[in-house]
Amino acid sequence: MNTKIIIAGVGGQGILLASDILCEVAMKAGFDTKKSEVHGMSQRGGDVVSHVIFGEKVYSPLISYNEADVILSFEQVEALRNLDYLKDGGVMIINDIRILPVPVASGMADYPKDAVGEVKKFVKNTIVLDAESMAKELGNVKVMNVILLGVMAKQVKIIKKEIWIEALKANVPPKTIDVNIKAFEKGYDFS
Amino acid sequence: MKEILSGNEAVARGAYEGGLHFACAYPGTPSTEILENMTKYKEIHSHWSVNEKTSLETALGASFGGMRALVAMKHVGLNVAADPLFSAGYIGAKGALVIITADDPGMHSSQNEQDNRNYARAAKIPMLEPSDSQEAKDFTKIALKISEEFDTPVLIRLTTRISHSKSIVEFAERENVEVKGYEKNVKKNLVMPAHARALHKKVEERLLKLKEFSNDFKYNTIEYKNKNIGIITSGISYQYVKESMPDASVLKISLSWPLPDRIIKEFADNVERLYVVEENDPFIETEVKAMGIKITGKEIIPIVGELNPRIVKESFNAVEKYKLKETMEKAPGRPPALCPGCPHTSVFHAINKLKLIATGDIGCYTLGALPPLSAMDTCVDMGASITNALGLEYSLKGRDKRKIVAVIGDSTFYHSGITGLIDLVYNKGTSTVIILDNSITAMTGHQDNPGTGKTLMGEDSPKFDLERLIKGLGIEHVYSVDSYNLEEVANLIKRETERSAPSVIIARRPCILLPEMKKKKFDKYEIDENKCTGCQMCVKLGCPAISFDKEKKKALINKSLCVGCSLCFQVCKFGAIKKVQGE
Repeated sequence: MNTKIIIAGVGGQGILLASDILCEVAMKAGFDTKKSEVHGMSQRGGDVVSHVIFGEKVYSPLISYNEADVILSFEQVEALRNLDYLKDGGVMIINDIRILPVPVASGMADYPKDAVGEVKKFVKNTIVLDAESMAKELGNVKVMNVILLGVMAKQVKIIKKEIWIEALKANVPPKTIDVNIKAFEKGYDFS
Repeated sequence: MKEILSGNEAVARGAYEGGLHFACAYPGTPSTEILENMTKYKEIHSHWSVNEKTSLETALGASFGGMRALVAMKHVGLNVAADPLFSAGYIGAKGALVIITADDPGMHSSQNEQDNRNYARAAKIPMLEPSDSQEAKDFTKIALKISEEFDTPVLIRLTTRISHSKSIVEFAERENVEVKGYEKNVKKNLVMPAHARALHKKVEERLLKLKEFSNDFKYNTIEYKNKNIGIITSGISYQYVKESMPDASVLKISLSWPLPDRIIKEFADNVERLYVVEENDPFIETEVKAMGIKITGKEIIPIVGELNPRIVKESFNAVEKYKLKETMEKAPGRPPALCPGCPHTSVFHAINKLKLIATGDIGCYTLGALPPLSAMDTCVDMGASITNALGLEYSLKGRDKRKIVAVIGDSTFYHSGITGLIDLVYNKGTSTVIILDNSITAMTGHQDNPGTGKTLMGEDSPKFDLERLIKGLGIEHVYSVDSYNLEEVANLIKRETERSAPSVIIARRPCILLPEMKKKKFDKYEIDENKCTGCQMCVKLGCPAISFDKEKKKALINKSLCVGCSLCFQVCKFGAIKKVQGE
């Protein structure tokens, strides 16, 4: 069976880079892998979703409803938006921050009062963390994404932690390797 | 060596391995990264063209000289390039000529869902359809060979899910090919009627030969499994079929024009019930039906939107239709928006305030149509803003007092706005054209254009002087303004729209996302809650950094998003927005 993971968030949050790293890790672990996303609007505050699949042989680069093993959402409401893609028994990881869409900011729509609570009603395995604050504790807010990848890595037991560490070392600026590894471990040990 | 590549990166790699000499394109999602990645290979001359028509004509010129040439564009770009496409079909290709069309089923970033397989049939040109990145690379190399062997341009059709999906690709060495050199050959390269009549005969003969080639093509493959169901499919749909219908027999079409009739007949004879799974138009379906073969296609497969494995499975009733979860709270939409500090904002704010009719165009600034700015009435195709305004002006004359402005970006103006502006002058239009000059092709991710003074390969080139160009077209009233000066922008638009002569306003400021702009430190702004009356004038700018607290009835500026453009400061009548030192 293939492993199917969705990474969701808001344009500018680094969703595409995070899914690139996941893909590379999957290939290093010896799997066939594909990913799919839509470019173009990613820099302009729209929602961004990346589908990543790996396993013995991957055909479709797209994940369908009720299929994802893990959804990693970089923002509260994006978890709610992608809820239908999570399979029964799947794991939802939510970064506990709110980024207001323009219609909400300008008063034309409402942000859900309890998006996380709403997701929890449907998903038993919901992991919620404030990775932004955790990154600030490490002194570098940019490692938020790596903390979130760490949380996800723990849920994807089929790939060894060492492969992740290697891939991270290859993908982050040399000066920031230490803080990134720390961030990854912090995420990995969170749940 | 193996690497994970997107379909677009793979096309560039394939072009390199296949000995390509020349590549050009006008950027357009989802095709843009093909040329961006071409610059990795110094053996290939690559450049941004001004539009898709000039691009295809330039590539054909390179082919005249015996170079292996490639041109890439989004699906609607091929409409712009359709004129040279049909002529190139007659002329053929001395040096290989490969044309990439990146279609956009689902319209992720396009104005229509046209299926460019129809162009292959109409222009009598062979078309390949890869189904993943490995094939995108391999088929590009094959296309270069087919082109020279059959003396024909070759189309490759990608779709968003091929262009922007990534999968593992095996690399090979570059095949070094000599440039063949130019020889005069008017009977072939000069398509006047006398020559074209002879050429058309050759094209029809070529198609018959290509049909035979298609029947022998090793990538048109049959995989027999359960013979009760046989599915013909191509491109990304092949992957969806394999995923969702693992037990069905499959005929994968890789050369989708001309179709391999013998293989199709053989497959049809060997399966009980025959289906076709294809995105958008019933292209294969129509051809198979014309062969007198019974096949089911669009009766069960949607014609609108892109497919996915679930849709395919549901179409075959192999799974129940998925019911969306009923959540109490819904996720609010997150449409893309003009960025904080976007220089286009002031123009749209003024258009809204002045209640003008704005004919729009294609680029980031199309987002100015969305609320709260709501400052665009029409958007048709590249360059249409100016000529739409001209036509509308005629219908409004004496019937409607509202004023018209055409709004167009710098890159779109170079693409197709100039001819429209000549039309406006020639036919005595008096509309005002606003050129939003942010000094880059922004929407597709910052590509250079004639206004930037740089080429794709990073060389200096003459930087276009817009004012001189427009004055040269015979427009007397040309004014430029700093986009960040709200009052001046509004006054100038008001003054020029009232003028009974054609005029052009150039609203100028570099895109806020450009690396050199991002590096600059600006003072930021914040709300003085004691002075804020909750009038929401600042909120109406549609700036993503500004929100409104409904309970407190106060505006709020998100400091981490604010870039200090000062538009909100300028719009506030109560002095409730103040500058804070930049960090």
